[in-house]
Amino acid sequence: MSAEAAIRMQNITKSFGSVIANDHIDFAVQPGEIHALLGENGAGKSTLMNMLSGIYRPDSGSIFINGEEVHFSAPRDAIKKGIGMIHQHFKLVDIMTARDNIILGQKSSFFTRETGLNKKISEISDRYGLDVNPQKKVYQMSVGEKQTLEIIKVLYRGAHILIMDEPTAVLTPQEIGKLFRIIRSLKEQGCAVIIITHKLGEVMEISDRITVLRKGRSIGTVNTADAEIPSLIEMMVGRKVDLKIKREALSAEQKKELLRLDAVTVIDKDGKAALDDVSFSLNTAEILGVAGVAGSGQKELCETIAGLQIAEKGRIFFNEENILGKSPREIIKLGIRMGFIPEDRLGMGLVASMDIIHNIILKEYQSQKGIVLHRKSSIEKAGQIVERLDIQTPGLTTSVGKLSGGNIQKVLLGREIDSNPKVLITAYPVRGLDIGASYKIYDLLNEQKRSGVGVIFIGEDLDVLLELCDRILVLTGGKITGIVDAPKVSKEEIGFLMTGGMRSGGVSS
Amino acid sequence: MTSFLAAAIIAATPLLFATLGELIAEKSGSLNLGVEGMMLMGAVIGFSAAYHTGNPVLALLGAFAAGALGALIFAVVTVTLQGNQVVTGLTLTIFGTGFSSFVGDKMIGQSVPKTVQSFFAKIDIPLLGDIPVIGPIFFRQDVFVYLGYLMVILFSIYLFKTRPGLNVRAVGENTAAADASGINITFYKYAHIIFGGGLCGLGGAYLAIVYVPMWQADVVNGRGWIAVALVIFAAWNPTKAFLGSFLFGALSILGMRMQSVNINISQYLLDIVQYVVMIVIVIISTHKNRKEDLPPGNLSESYFREDR
Repeated sequence: MSAEAAIRMQNITKSFGSVIANDHIDFAVQPGEIHALLGENGAGKSTLMNMLSGIYRPDSGSIFINGEEVHFSAPRDAIKKGIGMIHQHFKLVDIMTARDNIILGQKSSFFTRETGLNKKISEISDRYGLDVNPQKKVYQMSVGEKQTLEIIKVLYRGAHILIMDEPTAVLTPQEIGKLFRIIRSLKEQGCAVIIITHKLGEVMEISDRITVLRKGRSIGTVNTADAEIPSLIEMMVGRKVDLKIKREALSAEQKKELLRLDAVTVIDKDGKAALDDVSFSLNTAEILGVAGVAGSGQKELCETIAGLQIAEKGRIFFNEENILGKSPREIIKLGIRMGFIPEDRLGMGLVASMDIIHNIILKEYQSQKGIVLHRKSSIEKAGQIVERLDIQTPGLTTSVGKLSGGNIQKVLLGREIDSNPKVLITAYPVRGLDIGASYKIYDLLNEQKRSGVGVIFIGEDLDVLLELCDRILVLTGGKITGIVDAPKVSKEEIGFLMTGGMRSGGVSS
Repeated sequence: MTSFLAAAIIAATPLLFATLGELIAEKSGSLNLGVEGMMLMGAVIGFSAAYHTGNPVLALLGAFAAGALGALIFAVVTVTLQGNQVVTGLTLTIFGTGFSSFVGDKMIGQSVPKTVQSFFAKIDIPLLGDIPVIGPIFFRQDVFVYLGYLMVILFSIYLFKTRPGLNVRAVGENTAAADASGINITFYKYAHIIFGGGLCGLGGAYLAIVYVPMWQADVVNGRGWIAVALVIFAAWNPTKAFLGSFLFGALSILGMRMQSVNINISQYLLDIVQYVVMIVIVIISTHKNRKEDLPPGNLSESYFREDR
């Protein structure tokens, strides 16, 4: 092993207000190494890496690059030292071309029309097997292209240490394969690559070593060759976790059609079809998974069923009654409930500054009589929900915004479940949740299924979709590219459908 | 007709300077609604310098400095202290109005010295000035107008052909991305806000020194607000800013021209028409579909790197 580590972080501490995000962390990466930084949400992975890329400054501790101590006060300082970070939410200027994004912020000739530029870009592209059209505008690019562009951008800046924050979160399985080939070729060229992730399978596949963080502390670093998934989970979560998701097969007579979409088309504000001729049915006592790259029409699907979006064409039948055109309130009264967890979690469904009780009243007041709120029954209900879902809160009067992400989601889901829905639409319910809380949510959904509810589960993690759901519907660019039986299908097949390939042999029902 | 259009160019010039000034600030992500105030500050200091020294260059420098000073206040409050841009800009307008009334109080009714007036006399540009129709309209004007043309050209090159121009567009579009690309956000914002303020100051000074050439209270008379709207009309493009200024310059003198040919429409009514046209244009341009014509993505947002 070479004498100098590419990166050595010593005793790093960083806090935000009263929250300690990083607590005396030590971390080192060798040149030519792929190092995975593993941990649950809120473990402090991104915080640690943001300090390495100059976005945050550590409260205490020191950082050494190739043996030399550095103090970064801005991202440009980190760039100068050869550190390039590829953020989870890409930091690209949408309306500019790939080329402009690459040369952004670089000192060189005064005018941008420099002849050597294109040559240098294609040189980098060839060397690492990257492929991006320099003249293409970023807003016209797919997620995979944007990521490739980000990689070229940091390499152009001379980075030999690359940090990738959740690089696979938005990619299809095929794109992930391509990314891994790129990462390996970076390694061959002597770059150090750090991958932040919580997906264990990928960690085992790509990394040389793994450092696990938990609640802001470093739990340890292991060689991937010596590591096993159960022990990694134990390091991440702090206890043993059973990773089996139950899927109960229910007998056929319990199933009958509950909801049917018939050629539904929704046009978004740019005039494009967000949902294009979508037809499918949902049965009672079924979990129907929806897979697809982010932004394939999932949000529109939820909102159209819930009555929040107006469909241009098509019909939606609930128990043989067309509900298209009914107001959201009428749809709620029929027993169709939606819990959409947006990326910022609080964006839809809950009011952050209100406490648990009032958030429950928000949905309940319509069934109450008179103009005065009846708090008493809501307080009881809130108590029940908190107990049933094991919500960690100082009290019922704590404002929802102060709870952790997982507990916020439990409040939202608990409120919808409590109303005894017939159809439950849930989008990304485990987004950002730790493993324990995720399994609690899966149990809840299974419980709903047993009681005969039709559940639409819009998910991100294909492994979970495959284990939990009865059938999986694949959305690609607003179109259904396939509806498959979850027990009989592989991840690769779904990945193929996600990229727009139609399933041979037609669409199974 | 030619003389009308030539006069329209003169009326357009203060608008052009203010519009370009606001445009460059907005490109860096700063919505500075203090244009009216900065123009008034530039007007009163520029006039005062011209009145007391008789030196036209000093007058221009003073006007630029006064506008830049107003913009500096805005930059400190919004960039360094992360204050709200809209409120700060409105306050700057009120401040500038008061400042010009206070400083200019004793000069009301005074005229610009002869030395300065002759500096801003019309100059024929050889060859270009001889082109029929176009020559008399565009190339028999004063130095200030020519400076305006030059600014439009320089702005276009700067924004779309140079690296600093690329960087400033990135700062306004996506500040976090620009920051991650290694651009010094604070420097870029300050530099463009302040330079933009200086141009607004020059626009105001043109009104007081050349257009009117006498000091009167509230010499800017709402042109700062037209400039703010013109930036939207121009879709943040310097060339279109010139066209917009020309159009509104023409509208603003239409009443007087019509009176001179005995069509009697009240100038007050036409002043109203100006703003109605403006509103209509703003509504139309809000519904544009091309992404490149939309406002800078992070316009009027404060940037704090450690925001989570």
